Amino acid sequence: MSNWFMLTLVGKDRAGIVAQITTTLFENNCNLGEASMMRLGGNFSIMLMVSYQGDAKALKNRLAPVTDRLALKIHIDAIEAKLHQHVIPDVRISVLGADRAGIVSQVTSALSDAGLDILDLESDVGGSQDKPLYIMHIEGRAIKGIEPLESAITQIRSNKIDVHLSPIETMIA
Amino acid sequence: MTTYEIIKYPDERLKSIAEPVGKFDDNLRKFLVDLEATMYAGPGGVGIAAPQIGKNQRIAIVDVSSMAKRARKNRPLKHQGKMVLINPEIIEWEGMAIGREGCMSVPDYTGNVIRAEKITLNAYNAKGEQQSYTCEGFEARAVQHEIDHLDGLLFIDRLVSRRNDLFRRKTK
Ligand SMILES: [Zn+2]
Repeated sequence: MSNWFMLTLVGKDRAGIVAQITTTLFENNCNLGEASMMRLGGNFSIMLMVSYQGDAKALKNRLAPVTDRLALKIHIDAIEAKLHQHVIPDVRISVLGADRAGIVSQVTSALSDAGLDILDLESDVGGSQDKPLYIMHIEGRAIKGIEPLESAITQIRSNKIDVHLSPIETMIA
Repeated sequence: MTTYEIIKYPDERLKSIAEPVGKFDDNLRKFLVDLEATMYAGPGGVGIAAPQIGKNQRIAIVDVSSMAKRARKNRPLKHQGKMVLINPEIIEWEGMAIGREGCMSVPDYTGNVIRAEKITLNAYNAKGEQQSYTCEGFEARAVQHEIDHLDGLLFIDRLVSRRNDLFRRKTK
Protein backbone atom coordinates (compact mmCIF):
# COMPACT_ATOMS: atom_id res chain seq x y z
CA MET A 1 0.00 0.00 0.00
CA SER A 2 1.34 3.42 -0.78
CA ASN A 3 1.20 6.49 1.41
CA TRP A 4 0.81 10.13 0.51
CA PHE A 5 3.39 12.72 1.46
CA MET A 6 3.73 16.44 0.98
CA LEU A 7 7.22 16.99 -0.28
CA THR A 8 8.62 20.52 0.00
CA LEU A 9 11.91 21.46 -1.61
CA VAL A 10 13.60 24.83 -1.35
CA GLY A 11 16.90 26.01 -2.74
CA LYS A 12 18.75 28.14 -5.20
CA ASP A 13 17.10 28.19 -8.59
CA ARG A 14 18.95 26.57 -11.46
CA ALA A 15 18.04 24.95 -14.75
CA GLY A 16 16.65 21.42 -14.78
CA ILE A 17 15.67 21.05 -11.11
CA VAL A 18 12.09 19.91 -11.75
CA ALA A 19 13.18 17.35 -14.32
CA GLN A 20 15.82 15.87 -12.00
CA ILE A 21 13.44 15.64 -9.03
CA THR A 22 10.55 14.13 -10.94
CA THR A 23 12.83 11.65 -12.70
CA THR A 24 14.16 10.46 -9.34
CA LEU A 25 10.60 10.15 -8.00
CA PHE A 26 9.53 8.21 -11.08
CA GLU A 27 12.52 5.85 -10.81
CA ASN A 28 11.47 5.12 -7.22
CA ASN A 29 7.92 4.21 -8.24
CA CYS A 30 6.37 7.34 -6.81
CA ASN A 31 3.17 8.81 -8.16
CA LEU A 32 2.48 12.52 -8.26
CA GLY A 33 -0.66 14.31 -7.15
CA GLU A 34 -1.14 18.05 -7.23
CA ALA A 35 2.03 20.14 -7.36
CA SER A 36 2.99 23.77 -7.40
CA MET A 37 6.36 25.24 -8.26
CA MET A 38 7.19 28.83 -7.51
CA ARG A 39 10.19 30.99 -8.07
CA LEU A 40 10.13 33.50 -5.27
CA GLY A 41 12.80 36.18 -5.23
CA GLY A 42 15.15 34.01 -7.26
CA ASN A 43 14.65 31.01 -4.96
CA PHE A 44 13.31 27.76 -6.22
CA SER A 45 10.48 26.18 -4.28
CA ILE A 46 8.15 23.33 -5.03
CA MET A 47 5.47 21.46 -3.16
CA LEU A 48 4.48 18.08 -4.51
CA MET A 49 1.97 15.50 -3.40
CA VAL A 50 3.82 12.22 -3.72
CA SER A 51 2.56 8.71 -3.15
CA TYR A 52 5.24 6.23 -2.14
CA GLN A 53 5.33 2.64 -0.89
CA GLY A 54 7.61 3.29 2.08
CA ASP A 55 7.77 5.76 4.93
CA ALA A 56 8.96 9.38 5.02
CA LYS A 57 12.50 8.42 6.04
CA ALA A 58 12.87 5.99 3.16
CA LEU A 59 11.57 8.59 0.72
CA LYS A 60 14.07 11.14 2.02
CA ASN A 61 16.90 8.64 1.54
CA ARG A 62 15.77 7.89 -2.00
CA LEU A 63 15.84 11.56 -2.83
CA ALA A 64 19.14 12.28 -1.08
CA PRO A 65 21.36 11.89 -4.20
CA VAL A 66 19.40 14.55 -6.09
CA THR A 67 18.73 16.92 -3.16
CA ASP A 68 22.42 16.77 -2.18
CA ARG A 69 23.56 17.39 -5.74
CA LEU A 70 21.25 20.38 -6.13
CA ALA A 71 21.70 21.60 -2.53
CA LEU A 72 17.95 21.56 -1.89
CA LYS A 73 16.42 21.67 1.57
CA ILE A 74 13.86 18.93 1.91
CA HIS A 75 10.83 18.60 4.13
CA ILE A 76 8.40 15.68 4.11
CA ASP A 77 5.02 15.38 5.83
CA ALA A 78 2.66 12.42 5.79
CA ILE A 79 -0.69 13.74 4.56
CA GLU A 80 -4.20 12.71 3.73
CA ALA A 81 -4.61 13.08 -0.03
CA LYS A 82 -7.96 14.62 -0.76
CA LEU A 83 -7.78 14.41 -4.51
CA HIS A 84 -10.77 14.97 -6.80
CA GLN A 85 -12.40 17.33 -4.31
CA HIS A 86 -11.57 20.74 -5.73
CA VAL A 87 -13.55 23.60 -4.31
CA ILE A 88 -14.61 26.06 -6.97
CA PRO A 89 -13.84 29.68 -6.06
CA ASP A 90 -16.63 32.18 -6.62
CA VAL A 91 -14.76 35.41 -6.06
CA ARG A 92 -11.46 36.95 -6.99
CA ILE A 93 -9.81 39.91 -5.30
CA SER A 94 -6.94 41.92 -6.72
CA VAL A 95 -4.88 44.25 -4.60
CA LEU A 96 -2.46 46.78 -6.01
CA GLY A 97 -0.54 49.20 -3.90
CA ALA A 98 2.68 50.76 -2.82
CA ASP A 99 4.74 48.12 -1.08
CA ARG A 100 4.35 48.43 2.64
CA ALA A 101 4.26 46.26 5.71
CA GLY A 102 0.87 45.06 6.77
CA ILE A 103 -0.90 45.19 3.42
CA VAL A 104 -1.50 41.43 3.29
CA SER A 105 -2.48 41.26 6.92
CA GLN A 106 -4.89 44.18 6.63
CA VAL A 107 -6.59 42.89 3.49
CA THR A 108 -6.82 39.22 4.43
CA SER A 109 -8.04 39.98 7.97
CA ALA A 110 -10.82 42.24 6.71
CA LEU A 111 -11.85 39.69 4.07
CA SER A 112 -11.71 36.79 6.49
CA ASP A 113 -13.99 38.66 8.91
CA ALA A 114 -16.37 39.23 6.01
CA GLY A 115 -16.58 35.50 5.30
CA LEU A 116 -13.89 34.83 2.70
CA ASP A 117 -12.44 31.33 2.60
CA ILE A 118 -9.13 31.78 0.76
CA LEU A 119 -8.36 29.00 -1.72
CA ASP A 120 -5.47 30.59 -3.57
CA LEU A 121 -3.21 33.53 -2.89
CA GLU A 122 -0.23 34.78 -4.78
CA SER A 123 1.55 38.05 -4.58
CA ASP A 124 4.40 39.71 -6.32
CA VAL A 125 6.50 42.83 -6.01
CA GLY A 126 6.93 44.81 -9.20
CA GLY A 127 7.85 48.39 -9.87
CA SER A 128 11.35 49.59 -9.15
CA GLN A 129 13.60 49.50 -6.11
CA ASP A 130 12.72 53.00 -5.02
CA LYS A 131 9.07 52.67 -6.00
CA PRO A 132 7.99 49.08 -5.41
CA LEU A 133 4.52 47.99 -6.43
CA TYR A 134 2.79 45.27 -4.50
CA ILE A 135 0.36 43.05 -6.45
CA MET A 136 -1.74 40.36 -4.86
CA HIS A 137 -4.42 38.06 -6.24
CA ILE A 138 -6.71 36.06 -4.02
CA GLU A 139 -9.35 33.56 -5.01
CA GLY A 140 -11.82 32.13 -2.61
CA ARG A 141 -15.30 31.27 -1.58
CA ALA A 142 -17.61 33.97 -0.28
CA ILE A 143 -19.21 32.02 2.55
CA LYS A 144 -21.51 34.86 3.60
CA GLY A 145 -22.13 36.05 0.03
CA ILE A 146 -20.49 38.82 -1.99
CA GLU A 147 -22.06 41.84 -0.26
CA PRO A 148 -20.13 41.62 3.05
CA LEU A 149 -16.90 41.30 1.04
CA GLU A 150 -17.77 44.35 -1.00
CA SER A 151 -18.37 46.46 2.08
CA ALA A 152 -15.11 45.19 3.60
CA ILE A 153 -13.31 46.26 0.45
CA THR A 154 -14.86 49.71 0.50
CA GLN A 155 -13.42 50.09 4.02
CA ILE A 156 -9.94 48.97 2.98
CA ARG A 157 -9.79 51.00 -0.19
CA SER A 158 -7.70 54.11 0.10
CA ASN A 159 -5.37 56.11 -2.09
CA LYS A 160 -2.56 53.76 -1.02
CA ILE A 161 -4.37 50.48 -1.71
CA ASP A 162 -6.34 49.74 -4.82
CA VAL A 163 -8.62 46.73 -4.22
CA HIS A 164 -10.99 45.16 -6.70
CA LEU A 165 -13.42 42.33 -6.30
CA SER A 166 -14.90 40.38 -9.18
CA PRO A 167 -17.25 37.43 -8.95
CA ILE A 168 -16.04 34.29 -10.73
CA GLU A 169 -18.87 32.62 -12.55
CA THR A 170 -17.66 29.19 -13.56
CA MET A 171 -19.48 27.82 -16.55
CA ILE A 172 -19.65 24.01 -16.49
CA ALA A 173 -21.07 22.59 -19.71
CA MET B 1 -37.37 10.16 -21.07
CA THR B 2 -33.94 8.83 -20.20
CA THR B 3 -30.65 10.42 -19.33
CA TYR B 4 -27.42 9.38 -20.96
CA GLU B 5 -24.08 8.75 -19.37
CA ILE B 6 -21.59 11.55 -20.02
CA ILE B 7 -18.41 10.28 -21.63
CA LYS B 8 -15.19 11.57 -20.12
CA TYR B 9 -11.80 12.70 -21.36
CA PRO B 10 -9.66 11.03 -22.78
CA ASP B 11 -12.40 9.17 -24.67
CA GLU B 12 -11.53 9.45 -28.37
CA ARG B 13 -15.15 10.24 -29.26
CA LEU B 14 -14.69 13.68 -27.72
CA LYS B 15 -11.95 14.39 -30.25
CA SER B 16 -13.82 13.80 -33.48
CA ILE B 17 -15.55 16.33 -35.70
CA ALA B 18 -19.30 15.73 -35.53
CA GLU B 19 -21.45 15.16 -38.63
CA PRO B 20 -24.19 17.60 -39.69
CA VAL B 21 -27.78 16.56 -39.03
CA GLY B 22 -29.68 15.80 -42.24
CA LYS B 23 -33.05 14.53 -41.04
CA PHE B 24 -35.33 16.47 -38.71
CA ASP B 25 -37.61 13.62 -37.66
CA ASP B 26 -39.18 12.09 -34.55
CA ASN B 27 -35.96 10.26 -33.74
CA LEU B 28 -34.16 13.57 -33.56
CA ARG B 29 -36.86 15.09 -31.38
CA LYS B 30 -36.79 12.11 -29.02
CA PHE B 31 -33.02 12.39 -28.82
CA LEU B 32 -33.32 16.10 -27.98
CA VAL B 33 -35.67 15.35 -25.07
CA ASP B 34 -33.15 12.92 -23.59
CA LEU B 35 -30.17 15.17 -24.28
CA GLU B 36 -31.92 18.03 -22.53
CA ALA B 37 -32.74 15.83 -19.51
CA THR B 38 -29.08 14.80 -19.36
CA MET B 39 -28.02 18.45 -19.42
CA TYR B 40 -30.30 19.47 -16.54
CA ALA B 41 -29.18 16.44 -14.52
CA GLY B 42 -25.52 17.47 -14.85
CA PRO B 43 -23.45 19.58 -12.44
CA GLY B 44 -23.57 22.72 -14.56
CA GLY B 45 -26.86 22.27 -16.31
CA VAL B 46 -26.22 25.14 -18.73
CA GLY B 47 -25.13 23.33 -21.87
CA ILE B 48 -24.49 19.98 -23.50
CA ALA B 49 -23.32 18.73 -26.88
CA ALA B 50 -24.22 15.41 -28.51
CA PRO B 51 -20.58 14.17 -28.65
CA GLN B 52 -20.57 14.26 -24.82
CA ILE B 53 -22.92 11.31 -24.78
CA GLY B 54 -21.11 9.63 -27.67
CA LYS B 55 -23.35 10.76 -30.52
CA ASN B 56 -21.29 12.15 -33.37
CA GLN B 57 -23.78 14.76 -34.58
CA ARG B 58 -23.80 18.55 -34.69
CA ILE B 59 -26.38 19.00 -31.94
CA ALA B 60 -26.10 21.10 -28.77
CA ILE B 61 -28.41 22.62 -26.21
CA VAL B 62 -27.66 25.77 -24.22
CA ASP B 63 -29.78 27.19 -21.42
CA VAL B 64 -28.13 29.60 -19.00
CA SER B 65 -31.38 30.73 -17.36
CA SER B 66 -30.46 28.97 -14.10
CA MET B 67 -27.34 31.17 -13.89
CA ALA B 68 -29.42 34.25 -14.67
CA LYS B 69 -31.63 33.53 -11.68
CA ARG B 70 -28.57 33.51 -9.44
CA ALA B 71 -27.12 36.70 -10.94
CA ARG B 72 -27.30 39.86 -8.89
CA LYS B 73 -29.60 42.72 -9.78
CA ASN B 74 -26.75 45.08 -10.58
CA ARG B 75 -25.18 42.55 -12.95
CA PRO B 76 -28.05 40.97 -14.87
CA LEU B 77 -27.20 38.10 -17.15
CA LYS B 78 -28.66 38.42 -20.64
CA HIS B 79 -30.02 35.23 -22.12
CA GLN B 80 -32.72 33.79 -24.33
CA GLY B 81 -33.70 30.67 -22.42
CA LYS B 82 -33.29 27.25 -23.97
CA MET B 83 -31.63 27.19 -27.37
CA VAL B 84 -31.58 24.00 -29.41
CA LEU B 85 -28.62 24.35 -31.74
CA ILE B 86 -28.52 21.97 -34.68
CA ASN B 87 -25.75 22.43 -37.26
CA PRO B 88 -24.84 25.73 -35.58
CA GLU B 89 -22.51 28.16 -37.25
CA ILE B 90 -21.05 31.27 -35.70
CA ILE B 91 -20.99 34.04 -38.27
CA GLU B 92 -19.82 37.00 -36.18
CA TRP B 93 -17.44 37.40 -33.27
CA GLU B 94 -16.96 40.55 -31.23
CA GLY B 95 -14.66 41.38 -28.34
CA MET B 96 -12.75 39.01 -26.09
CA ALA B 97 -13.27 37.99 -22.51
CA ILE B 98 -11.47 35.71 -20.12
CA GLY B 99 -13.67 33.47 -18.01
CA ARG B 100 -13.61 30.32 -15.93
CA GLU B 101 -14.91 27.10 -17.46
CA GLY B 102 -15.37 23.51 -16.52
CA CYS B 103 -16.84 20.61 -18.46
CA MET B 104 -18.98 17.61 -17.58
CA SER B 105 -16.55 15.55 -19.68
CA VAL B 106 -13.55 16.78 -17.63
CA PRO B 107 -14.66 16.42 -13.99
CA ASP B 108 -13.01 18.22 -11.08
CA TYR B 109 -11.05 20.72 -13.11
CA THR B 110 -11.68 24.33 -14.04
CA GLY B 111 -9.57 26.86 -15.88
CA ASN B 112 -9.52 30.15 -17.72
CA VAL B 113 -10.46 30.33 -21.38
CA ILE B 114 -10.63 33.31 -23.72
CA ARG B 115 -13.85 33.55 -25.72
CA ALA B 116 -15.57 36.12 -27.89
CA GLU B 117 -17.67 38.43 -25.76
CA LYS B 118 -20.49 38.58 -28.29
CA ILE B 119 -21.39 36.24 -31.14
CA THR B 120 -24.02 35.91 -33.83
CA LEU B 121 -24.89 32.43 -35.01
CA ASN B 122 -27.25 30.53 -37.24
CA ALA B 123 -28.62 27.16 -36.20
CA TYR B 124 -31.56 24.90 -36.98
CA ASN B 125 -34.19 24.08 -34.38
CA ALA B 126 -35.88 20.70 -33.80
CA LYS B 127 -38.33 21.35 -36.64
CA GLY B 128 -35.55 22.09 -39.11
CA GLU B 129 -36.19 25.82 -39.22
CA GLN B 130 -33.17 28.10 -39.42
CA GLN B 131 -32.84 30.53 -36.51
CA SER B 132 -30.47 33.36 -35.86
CA TYR B 133 -29.20 34.28 -32.39
CA THR B 134 -27.05 36.99 -30.92
CA CYS B 135 -25.53 36.01 -27.59
CA GLU B 136 -23.24 37.79 -25.18
CA GLY B 137 -21.33 37.19 -21.99
CA PHE B 138 -21.99 33.97 -20.16
CA GLU B 139 -24.43 32.70 -22.79
CA ALA B 140 -21.98 33.40 -25.63
CA ARG B 141 -19.32 31.51 -23.66
CA ALA B 142 -21.60 28.49 -23.25
CA VAL B 143 -22.44 28.44 -26.97
CA GLN B 144 -18.77 28.61 -27.96
CA HIS B 145 -17.91 25.84 -25.48
CA GLU B 146 -20.61 23.59 -27.00
CA ILE B 147 -19.69 24.33 -30.62
CA ASP B 148 -16.11 23.42 -29.70
CA HIS B 149 -17.42 19.99 -28.64
CA LEU B 150 -18.89 19.58 -32.15
CA ASP B 151 -15.42 20.26 -33.55
CA GLY B 152 -13.66 17.81 -31.23
CA LEU B 153 -12.24 20.51 -28.96
CA LEU B 154 -12.36 20.72 -25.17
CA PHE B 155 -11.80 23.77 -22.97
CA ILE B 156 -8.56 22.20 -21.76
CA ASP B 157 -7.29 22.64 -25.33
CA ARG B 158 -7.74 26.39 -24.91
CA LEU B 159 -6.55 27.03 -21.36
CA VAL B 160 -4.71 30.20 -20.51
CA SER B 161 -2.79 30.64 -17.28
CA ARG B 162 -4.81 30.45 -14.11
CA ARG B 163 -2.42 32.82 -12.39
CA ASN B 164 -1.80 36.51 -12.86
CA ASP B 165 -4.65 37.00 -15.25
CA LEU B 166 -6.25 40.37 -15.05
CA PHE B 167 -9.76 39.54 -14.20
CA ARG B 168 -11.13 43.02 -14.31
CA ARG B 169 -14.60 43.36 -15.74
CA LYS B 170 -15.80 46.23 -17.85
CA THR B 171 -18.63 46.78 -15.39
CA LYS B 172 -16.64 47.97 -12.45
ZN1 LIG C 1 -18.07 20.63 -22.10
